[in-house]
Amino acid sequence: MSEAIIRLENVNKWYGQFHVLRDLNLDVAKGERIVICGPSGSGKSTMIRCINRLEEHQQGRIVVDGTELTNDLRHIEAIRRDVGMVFQHFNLFPHLTVLENLTLGPIWVLKKSKAEAEATAMKYLERVRIPDQARKYPGQLSGGQQQRVAIARSLCMSPKIMLFDEPTSALDPEMVKEVLDVMVSLAEESGMTMLCVTHEMGFARKVADRVIFMDRGEIIEQNTPDAFFDNPRHERTQLFLQQILH
Amino acid sequence: MSAHPTTGLLPPKATTSWLAWLKEGLFSSPLNILLTVIVGWILVMAIPAMLDWLIFDADFTSDTAQGCRQAQGACWAFIAEKHRLILFGVYPYDEQWRPLLASVILVGALVCSAVRYFWKPWLPVLWVVALSAVAFLMWGGVLGLTYVPNDRWGGLPVTLILSTFGIAFAFPFGVLLALGRRSHMPAIKSLCVIYIELIRGVPLISLLFMSSVMLPLFLPAGFGIDKLLRAQIAIILFAAAYIAETVRGGLQAIPKGQYEGADSLGLSYWKQTRLIILPQALKVVIPPLVGIFISLFKDTSLVVIIGIFDLTQAAKAAIADAAWRGFSVEAYVFIAVIYFIFCFAISRYSQSLEKHLDTGYRR
Repeated sequence: MSEAIIRLENVNKWYGQFHVLRDLNLDVAKGERIVICGPSGSGKSTMIRCINRLEEHQQGRIVVDGTELTNDLRHIEAIRRDVGMVFQHFNLFPHLTVLENLTLGPIWVLKKSKAEAEATAMKYLERVRIPDQARKYPGQLSGGQQQRVAIARSLCMSPKIMLFDEPTSALDPEMVKEVLDVMVSLAEESGMTMLCVTHEMGFARKVADRVIFMDRGEIIEQNTPDAFFDNPRHERTQLFLQQILH
Repeated sequence: MSAHPTTGLLPPKATTSWLAWLKEGLFSSPLNILLTVIVGWILVMAIPAMLDWLIFDADFTSDTAQGCRQAQGACWAFIAEKHRLILFGVYPYDEQWRPLLASVILVGALVCSAVRYFWKPWLPVLWVVALSAVAFLMWGGVLGLTYVPNDRWGGLPVTLILSTFGIAFAFPFGVLLALGRRSHMPAIKSLCVIYIELIRGVPLISLLFMSSVMLPLFLPAGFGIDKLLRAQIAIILFAAAYIAETVRGGLQAIPKGQYEGADSLGLSYWKQTRLIILPQALKVVIPPLVGIFISLFKDTSLVVIIGIFDLTQAAKAAIADAAWRGFSVEAYVFIAVIYFIFCFAISRYSQSLEKHLDTGYRR
């Protein structure tokens, strides 16, 4: 298992008395694409937010690309450079234009020149199909466009790993597809390691190498998408799938 | 018409005629009619009397106080006589072009800083040049200018200097205090809280008094800090505490997602603060910040209690002249107009800045 780019060992986390993550063990291989689903409050977002230390775990070990996450700020910043994250609410910087949003990280963190950063930014804006919006402010874009900008912003950092935290759940229904399309093409073309918390089961079937089902802070079941959807083994998984697939 | 095919109704007519506006704005309900009548009556009573006093019955030319007293209205001749004392205090009379030029340079530098065209890397250089020029003009002592010690400075330049430096230093200091108060490090946090609460619990007057009377007692003998500088420091320390609390309000208005977005890019604390958090937080608090700047500008008049000759003190000196007794209203109106011009300019500028920085993002 030396291939694992992300490794969680017996990870535990509490919010006060509430035990959000219970003894999580997970190995993610390089280039693997994982979809994580589960009922709300099951700890799935918390888990992926622990991977880039937006949340702190209290027990166990998390190793990302050979570096263990500890309180050492340099390790945290180093890992964050290599781990891109896309949020449910986009978290674009509203006071900067789309282009400035995209070049901020490369210029200030990766120390690239402005010209180089802008060239990269435009390349990724092409890729998410909104190069014409580069000079606008995020507030002038639709939700779907904003989320695509957010994806491009992460990509501009050339991350080794991309985390998606319910990227489509804040979007109007007609905008979900444009974002999913971008994510599918990213998965198919780049070979990037991806962890995606989502309830888009079509997306999971199409691109995931593995689907993980979490409930009450535990990983209940994991399998290839086909096996997961067609033959869920665990009772709670079956119940959950019934509910979301109607 | 085809815009509303279902109802065929026209959109409500825009009320552009002034008659319609009058009806809508002033006479729309019994209470409004009553208020309109009362306000109208007050205006009819007050405005002519005011205009008479200000202009029609005023004396603009008289050479002596006696001549002026004959007039029913204001004695603007008093201002004509005393304006240099009010504007420049007891600065040597023949050298008063120096504080005038210094004030113009200072105001010029302020105006330049307000214009976006000047927001370039060399703006600080412009300030260094401007401030050097101001110091050179005010103090003199070189290049043939006579030396004028700063206890002879007075009037408008002193007010401008105190408030410009007050804002320039209190603002960054206040921002640091605000950040410190939100720090996760307990020592820094409690230090900032104690500072802010202590300073805010004390009136500016007592701070000025302390800086003037008590501070010299604590300093070793022969180590005197200049009186003007002490007042300046007191003003900076005072304003910083208020700015800190206002900025903290702005920081709290920034959603957690902005921090997380910045974190996820690997930005360090200071970069994220400077590039992401502060630009947004400060934009939110422009109106209350400008309020603080305006009151700071006016609060500089409190330095009169420690005997610094600012605009207000200079006006009092002008009133005290035995030959021109009894024209204090004119003097205060005169300096009020000066204060108003500056404060109104600040206020208008802040409005345009807000509009300018609006990127159409509503959360």
